[in-house]
Amino acid sequence: MSNGSAAVPAAAARRRGATRRLRRLDTKVSPYLYIAPFFVLFGIFGIFPLVYTAYVSLTDRNLLEPTSHFIGLANYAELFHDSYFWNAVENTLGIWVISTIPQLLLALAIAHLLNRSLRVRTFFRMSILLPQVTSLVAVALIFSQLFGYRYGLVNYVLNHVGIGNVNWEAGRLSSWVALSTMVTWRWVGYNALLYLASMQSIPEELYEAAAVDGARSWKQFVHVTIPMLRPTIIFTVIVSTIGGLQLFTEPYLFQPVKGAATGGSGRQYQTVSMYLYEKAFGSSQFKFGYASAIAWCLFLLIAVIAFVNFLLVRRIRAVDA
Amino acid sequence: MSVLAYRARPHARRIRRRTYRRAGPLTYLFLVLLAVGSAFPLYWSFVVASHDNSALGAYPPVLTPGGHLWSNIRRLFDAGIVNVDFWTALANSAIVAGVVTICVVFFSALAGFAFAKLDFRGRKTLLLVVIATMIVPVQLGVIPLYIEMRHFGWIDHLQAVIAPFVVSAFGVFLMRQYIVGAVPDELIDASRVDGCHTARVFWHVVLPAVRPVAAVLGLLTFMNTWNDFFWPLIVLTPRNPTVQVAVSTLAGAAYVPDYALILTGTFISILPLLVVFLVLGKQIIGGIMQGAVKG
Repeated sequence: MSNGSAAVPAAAARRRGATRRLRRLDTKVSPYLYIAPFFVLFGIFGIFPLVYTAYVSLTDRNLLEPTSHFIGLANYAELFHDSYFWNAVENTLGIWVISTIPQLLLALAIAHLLNRSLRVRTFFRMSILLPQVTSLVAVALIFSQLFGYRYGLVNYVLNHVGIGNVNWEAGRLSSWVALSTMVTWRWVGYNALLYLASMQSIPEELYEAAAVDGARSWKQFVHVTIPMLRPTIIFTVIVSTIGGLQLFTEPYLFQPVKGAATGGSGRQYQTVSMYLYEKAFGSSQFKFGYASAIAWCLFLLIAVIAFVNFLLVRRIRAVDA
Repeated sequence: MSVLAYRARPHARRIRRRTYRRAGPLTYLFLVLLAVGSAFPLYWSFVVASHDNSALGAYPPVLTPGGHLWSNIRRLFDAGIVNVDFWTALANSAIVAGVVTICVVFFSALAGFAFAKLDFRGRKTLLLVVIATMIVPVQLGVIPLYIEMRHFGWIDHLQAVIAPFVVSAFGVFLMRQYIVGAVPDELIDASRVDGCHTARVFWHVVLPAVRPVAAVLGLLTFMNTWNDFFWPLIVLTPRNPTVQVAVSTLAGAAYVPDYALILTGTFISILPLLVVFLVLGKQIIGGIMQGAVKG
């Protein structure tokens, strides 16, 4: 680049100096400019509301009243004795357990079946991912019709095999089963694809070694495949914990009467998110302080359960060397 | 959708050709049943949408499409019959999902480029912050966010469902992982020697290189935004809804639901994504599976 700098006139040298300064400014400042949109917008619409929730939960803020007061932990104390809240926690955990555990096991089985030489491979992969494209609203409404008491297809089949009509929406366990069916239907294929991708990256040598040790296919699956899938299993468990404990759309639209978000006449399937919605927006109570306390408790619940799950799944044994 | 590490693999790792077990007839049977089970609820929504309500009570149930689809669609778009303007809803959703998608892809590429290829103080820490924000549950901030939106006067306006989603931690991370592997440092150095400033490097070197991952991120973002319900339900009203809010309004209209109408709306609301999926499904699957490999 440099050519006989002694001969260069002073003006050009100055210009080059300015260019260099500009260049240095560019490399120093522009990285921050590039990440700024993310951090600024995330600050306004992500972090600030988050922090502010903690503050609102310590007040008696209500949209209908012009002023609010700091009331310390009173909302939390009230929440602690609120039987509707505990009911919602129980429902949320119940629905989550019966939707997640069978779902992930089924996803493993599907992935195992897809992990062989198949004709029309893409067709099968696409078909199991089809539910993932369907919106939660659509899933909830279609299945609400299928699980209808009088004219639902599910009851028609049950009638045919002699079980009789089940009033899915009215019962506690039955409504949980209906809701878990929706969750499972939408997510099982997606999780199966994640498992499949991990399975295909397991080195062939591990299976050969296991075969030399005399491990048959089931033993190979348990001792090679499952341990090698551990990171993916951890991931899917954490994601379904975070998503499942925030369950809202399916139970909300399963209700015959929308709007109030009570989760059935006896609150038999009201989730924590629905209770939050009920207190803040649903029943025109606008108890923002109280609802914020619910939000924080939900966050705590998610954090604790996700962590426990992480510890449990981590115990899957690594491959024996 | 997925929060996985995404590793670009310009030179696919050469794994020794795996000798996959061939699938037996039982496997095929199971997979076919699975495909039927996956497709059936969608097919069923079409069947219900193509009948009038009297067919729903039929015994045994009618499992084939009928001839009422057109009249149901006409009812759906007739503002005199339905309690919500479905054209507005479709247009709103297209605008919201379109704007959010473009913003997310652009801002993610921008920040991903900085995190992957530029040197600055605090880079590692800030990247960790981005990753940490991916696992924070959204429900937590809903109430202050609502207060914020009232403050801005955005309730019932589309800004309220666009602004909170124009940046995505997942997107930034995805882009960063991809750019690290897909854009060689030499290329960036060479263009700098040629006198490119950083913005030009981004525009002429990085943006063209990220097109594959931008497509995947764009598709996933579009789908998620189109399908979002909880937040739009809170800040929008049936007067200016997204398509999900509109469909749920249909469903809440009466105690005895008009399922032919509801599922017509439902079917139309999933149709655009269904078409996209049928055309680009292979790429979407590739994106999801590639994202899963390095967790």
